[in-house]
Amino acid sequence: MGEKVLMKGNEAVAEAAIRAGCRHYFAYPITPQSELIEYMSRMMPKAGGTFLQAESELAAVNMVYGAAGCGKRAMTSSSSPGISLKMEGISYMAGAELPAVVVNVQRGGPGLGDIQPSQGDYFQATKGGGHGDYKLIVLAPNSVQEFADMADLAFELADKYRNPVMILSDGLLGQMMEPVEFKPHKTEKEMEQLDKQHFDWCMHHNQDEPNHHHHEVNSLEIDPKVLEKHVIKLGEKYEKIKANEVRYEEYKVTDDCEYLIVAFGTAARIAKSAIDELNEEGVKIGLIRPITVWPYPYEAIAKALTPSVKKILVTELNLGQMIEDVKLAVEGKVPVEFLGKVGGILFTPQEIKDKIKGMQGETCK
Amino acid sequence: MKTELICSGFGGQGALTIGKFLAKAGMQEGQNVSWLPSYGPEMRGGTANVSTVISDKPIASPLVTHPDILVALNQPSVDKFGPEIKPGGLMIANTDMCPHKLERDDIDVIYAPMSTIAKEIGSLMVLNMVAIGVVIGRTGLVKYETIEADLSTFLKKKNPDLLEGNLKAIKKGIEIGKNN
Repeated sequence: MGEKVLMKGNEAVAEAAIRAGCRHYFAYPITPQSELIEYMSRMMPKAGGTFLQAESELAAVNMVYGAAGCGKRAMTSSSSPGISLKMEGISYMAGAELPAVVVNVQRGGPGLGDIQPSQGDYFQATKGGGHGDYKLIVLAPNSVQEFADMADLAFELADKYRNPVMILSDGLLGQMMEPVEFKPHKTEKEMEQLDKQHFDWCMHHNQDEPNHHHHEVNSLEIDPKVLEKHVIKLGEKYEKIKANEVRYEEYKVTDDCEYLIVAFGTAARIAKSAIDELNEEGVKIGLIRPITVWPYPYEAIAKALTPSVKKILVTELNLGQMIEDVKLAVEGKVPVEFLGKVGGILFTPQEIKDKIKGMQGETCK
Repeated sequence: MKTELICSGFGGQGALTIGKFLAKAGMQEGQNVSWLPSYGPEMRGGTANVSTVISDKPIASPLVTHPDILVALNQPSVDKFGPEIKPGGLMIANTDMCPHKLERDDIDVIYAPMSTIAKEIGSLMVLNMVAIGVVIGRTGLVKYETIEADLSTFLKKKNPDLLEGNLKAIKKGIEIGKNN
């Protein structure tokens, strides 16, 4: 790790992606994500990579399909309305089992919405968005450092499982500056290894390969028997990801917690402030922060549900989306309440505190 | 110790840069820092503002609603954020653009004609540096030397005259912060 620098999340994730060996980036500008594409336009050519501002989001995501199909580390990014446009390509990549990274710097929706931070794309990211039976691995950062670190992790996971990975960020994390430390650039040798890692299936000029087989990158399987097998195989892959890749953070969770908050990303960040103050006031409360929102940490929530827990609060910057997953984990054992903000408005730590105080009052009655 | 600031002014006055320099200096002195700008339509004619937090502990929420310190470069900033300052907090206001004072007696207030001072030094562009000086002169939030070193690295080659003006502006600000 090098020296700490003060950087916006959008810029930090771009720098980290280049350091992780991404040499192909295609995107179309949109607020509050544009610093990412601006940074790439400056720095990607210096790294010897390809930067291309596509004519549309649709074109950009299909360029990623092409580059990933050639076994390269490729990335695109956008904000909510642009991500909707990319969904077709994302489904195709999932179908063709292509490793690629998509960054969503979420803003208020639906439709064009506004440009302020939101978490309204949770369902889209974790439950589908595109068509067909597929899953994205979805990583949700809560700081600029974590946002940057996730570039490397996203490419690792994408390559490991041959699956698209989404980093589900938001306008606050994209626009905010915080100190960040970067991992070193990949060495020449590491880049060579990265370049060759998918040679057993990807498109490449394989004149030197003695046993060169026909390679095909495709999501069309017109024979139902073949497609059935393919989708079952995808399902098995998703089960493996669920078993191995769940990540979460426990913040001030103890055996005698009376209340738990479940929140991800920016909402979790604000909840931490509320929890610090509530702990000082003697309220036994902790936070579970899913880091992978798919695969979801159901077991971690179930495990934190000790007999002392009276209620759970889910806080999100939407009308209530992740709460459905929390309820699946809780299985009706304790009441699950919700505090949400929409339209790009953030809640304050005080509002979370007031909500918890209200829940305490009800419990005492 | 955690200090939460809001720096606010018209777009172009350099309010966001005040937060950035303070945050960067804080980081270089080993503190945790965050810098969260307002972005979007309110920048036009209203207040461009930034939440800056400097703390010895990890920073949970980067959003400042009740600042310890408000740097207000124009009247809308005083009107919007003045009432939100924590009791015992500090407001630094640019009297050249803030004709109406804040009706509060539970906070420390420094009024200074910062635009005039900046013009006397040579350029309205150093207005934000005067404000940085006032903040560190009054509170010691970060060290002058840290900001001087930071400014020197990136201005020395690019524009040595500008460096001199900036440093002069910070020193003048420190004087005001200490003596008012």
